[in-house]
Amino acid sequence: MATDVTAQTRAQSSTFPMMVLIAGWLVPGAGHLMLRKWIRGTLLMVSIVAMFCIGLALKGKIYSPNTGDLLDILNFAGDLGNGLLYILARIFDLGQVTVQVATADYGTKFMVVAGLLNIISAVDAHSLATGRKRS
Amino acid sequence: MTISHFGAVLLFSLFTSIVFGITQRTEPRMMIRFGAFCFALFVGGTIVASWVMWLIKF
Repeated sequence: MATDVTAQTRAQSSTFPMMVLIAGWLVPGAGHLMLRKWIRGTLLMVSIVAMFCIGLALKGKIYSPNTGDLLDILNFAGDLGNGLLYILARIFDLGQVTVQVATADYGTKFMVVAGLLNIISAVDAHSLATGRKRS
Repeated sequence: MTISHFGAVLLFSLFTSIVFGITQRTEPRMMIRFGAFCFALFVGGTIVASWVMWLIKF
């Protein structure tokens, strides 16, 4: 009962769902962890971070802001979904090599999809925080 | 790091299915079922598409 009241209070607060959304975007799974969904948050974090790291290990490309080809812009938007992982990769100059082999192209796609999955999980955490999704 | 094409399919399918399962269903039991369904569809779809491409080529 007390837990329900706490959840309702959080849902009514307008800032908490936004904090969950932003935290979930910046750190994969953090939104669910803030909602005390420990297993879900951990699984999301492991999955998305692993996809991003595998992408880097396969020598995939990290896209930078650009106004060129439409697909490049979309790939940048996907990469941006990784939040802090993307920022760290840019700071440490990772993923800047030219794609030369097929598996490197897979790596690029792994990182873009990891970003898109992270956006899905952050929105899911936001829906849980607002009460739009039941549990 | 080197990885086979099929290994990449398996890893991609596994991680994507986990996220889809958690985010698209509400009950834990249904999450597992939907995740397994997505995984089978990803891997099965890739194998079918591979055979179709092989048949087109030869």
